[in-house]
Amino acid sequence: MSMPDTTTPPPETAPAPSTATLPMAKALNKGLRQAMLNDPKVLMMGEDIGPLGGVFRVTEGLHAEFGEKRVLDTPLAESGIIGTAIGLAMRGYRPVCEIQFDGFVFPGFDQITSQLARMRNRHEGGVIMPVVVRIPYGGHIGSIEHHQESPEAYFAHTPGLRVVSPSNPHDAYWMMQEAIASDDPVIFFEPKSRYWPKGEVDLSISGTPLHASKVVRTGTSVTVVGHGAMVSVLLQAAELAAAEGISLEVIDLRSISPIDYAPILESVHKTGHLVVAQEAAGFVSVGSEIAATVTERAFYSLEAPVLRVSGFDTPFPPAAVETHFLPSPDRVLEAVDRALAF
Amino acid sequence: MPVTSNDAPVRTLASPTVQLLATDGTFAPSESAAEFLPYFDRLTEADYRAFYRDMVVVRKFDTEAANLQRQGQLALWVPSHGQEAAQVGSAHATRPQDHVFPSYREHVVGMIRGLDMVDILRMLRGVTLGGWVPEEHGNFHLYTLVLASQTLHATGYAMGMQLDGATATGNPETDQAVIVYYGDGASSQGDANEALVFAASYQTPQVFFMQNNHWAISVPVSRQSRSPLYLRAGGFGMPGIQVDGNDVLASYAVTAKAMDDARAGHGPSLIEALTYRVGAHTTADDPTKYRDPEELAYWVARDPIVRFRSYLEGLGIEREFLDSVDEEAADHAADVRRRALEITAPDRSVIFDNVYAEPHPLVVEQKAWLDAYETSFDGSES
Repeated sequence: MSMPDTTTPPPETAPAPSTATLPMAKALNKGLRQAMLNDPKVLMMGEDIGPLGGVFRVTEGLHAEFGEKRVLDTPLAESGIIGTAIGLAMRGYRPVCEIQFDGFVFPGFDQITSQLARMRNRHEGGVIMPVVVRIPYGGHIGSIEHHQESPEAYFAHTPGLRVVSPSNPHDAYWMMQEAIASDDPVIFFEPKSRYWPKGEVDLSISGTPLHASKVVRTGTSVTVVGHGAMVSVLLQAAELAAAEGISLEVIDLRSISPIDYAPILESVHKTGHLVVAQEAAGFVSVGSEIAATVTERAFYSLEAPVLRVSGFDTPFPPAAVETHFLPSPDRVLEAVDRALAF
Repeated sequence: MPVTSNDAPVRTLASPTVQLLATDGTFAPSESAAEFLPYFDRLTEADYRAFYRDMVVVRKFDTEAANLQRQGQLALWVPSHGQEAAQVGSAHATRPQDHVFPSYREHVVGMIRGLDMVDILRMLRGVTLGGWVPEEHGNFHLYTLVLASQTLHATGYAMGMQLDGATATGNPETDQAVIVYYGDGASSQGDANEALVFAASYQTPQVFFMQNNHWAISVPVSRQSRSPLYLRAGGFGMPGIQVDGNDVLASYAVTAKAMDDARAGHGPSLIEALTYRVGAHTTADDPTKYRDPEELAYWVARDPIVRFRSYLEGLGIEREFLDSVDEEAADHAADVRRRALEITAPDRSVIFDNVYAEPHPLVVEQKAWLDAYETSFDGSES
């Protein structure tokens, strides 16, 4: 990766090494707060993000600390939120828009894809669009329709957008600040099933650039790749596989656009096998893109086809049967077995 | 009241349409014009001359641009014929510190804000998706081709003015406001309605200037609304006013008040300017297929330039001035034509440049690949 390190805001003062154990929702909250402290142009916009702190409490306390001019409870209209954020960005602000649930982003889809993503290009470089669109996404929470979806491919397919998704509290804290510091629009997918498990957050250093993928468990037999909530599923699968003597190398994508292929290709050169896992439907998906690209770039290293483990090509089902729909550690291992048996 | 071609009649209430000039050009303010007369009184004879000049120059430019399209020199043209008074009057009500968000038919508004009309043709000639730097051209923002999208950008921008403390300070010389142009067709879009909700909610310093030109391509305004469009403002909680958009003085006075109110912190308002798209929607359609010739004749008889010329003649403006404007318009159009034909295609690098502010590996790789591919051919242009 050759990303300029401007995406990592330098600490204001000499950092004292410090860590905290936080759930992701709280880590995101701290990341947002830090970004607001770093830059007075950073604004929060969304539905119920003020005194309530958002339905997932990710903006909790920010309204009280920064006031209603920087934490805007907006009218209930997603296109309005994105469209006015674009105008605010033209004016020099850095809006962070909360979309309440994954399935509610589509009323704002036109403003994101036809306007936000293209505004800089249309202006021939004359404007920047430092807008972050936060989208709690994904299943595993047993909720109703439009509350468990994984729409990342729509956005990754759109030139002009950056798309990222953290899998753990440490990345959530840092990636949020880096996304806000980016001069490009960033669609930030927050795995809502991972909002509550706690993890260690190093508050002094990020360690990984925003758009870098990362090996989170080393192995030798099969490379497994995923993002967001899928990473914990892959790590569970790796534990189970290890008990059977199969060594999985787990890669956390972190960034969906761009995709940082270097660690993936390096891993595939070593293992010769790749399984890509995602909650989204598999047809025309991020997993499909990775399969195609790795096949192009590492054909002679592959000992088996790249396999995808995905949600089915159906609407997200009623929650009572979601465990049959969502890729589980066992579904990942079924693909691992197929890859190794090829 | 204007006729429309829809079979079901539009319900009209007692007309409050603000008018200063009767259709024959005599000064005859409507009852509803009373509160706007102080704004009319601001105008000097020099302003009248500027209004007239701008309308005539853009009419001629419009014809020239349509000719360029017919001759294959532009991909498309978007005529403004018939809407000059609404656009010229409203544009002259803006101040330098204001920001203007056009739709895509407000050519003369751009001209008044300092835009070179050739810059508008660059986009329609297919060499750019934009064409100019708004901050360097009177804060006249880029054309937006997805209808009503710009209404939200304008509202967000106006929210930024509030956050900056750049408005409602009590100083009319520096207080800022936004004017956003859209039309009767765009009024049906969700974005236009969401923009009105946000504007009312945050009390943005903003004027929604809706040109009701009676046609959204081939669909009459009666398909968009069963009630006069300005009445919608009340439902959003802001003032709405209907003005005779073919009356340049009334268009000026109504907009001047609305912009003054916006700058002074009194919040947003909506102006519906009744006008008519005399030409086609764009050079890609044929209005004879869907419009009644009688309706066209009705509006041609209410031509905004003819009306204002009659007014000026009544004031005793010298014939030499009127003739000199015709000459200036012809020179301007000829100059635009000459320079439009000199516009050349950009380098292919524009495909990749400025998609992202910070390098994106896919775009970087693809640009390098295309360069290598294109230069692999003998005699290829770089």
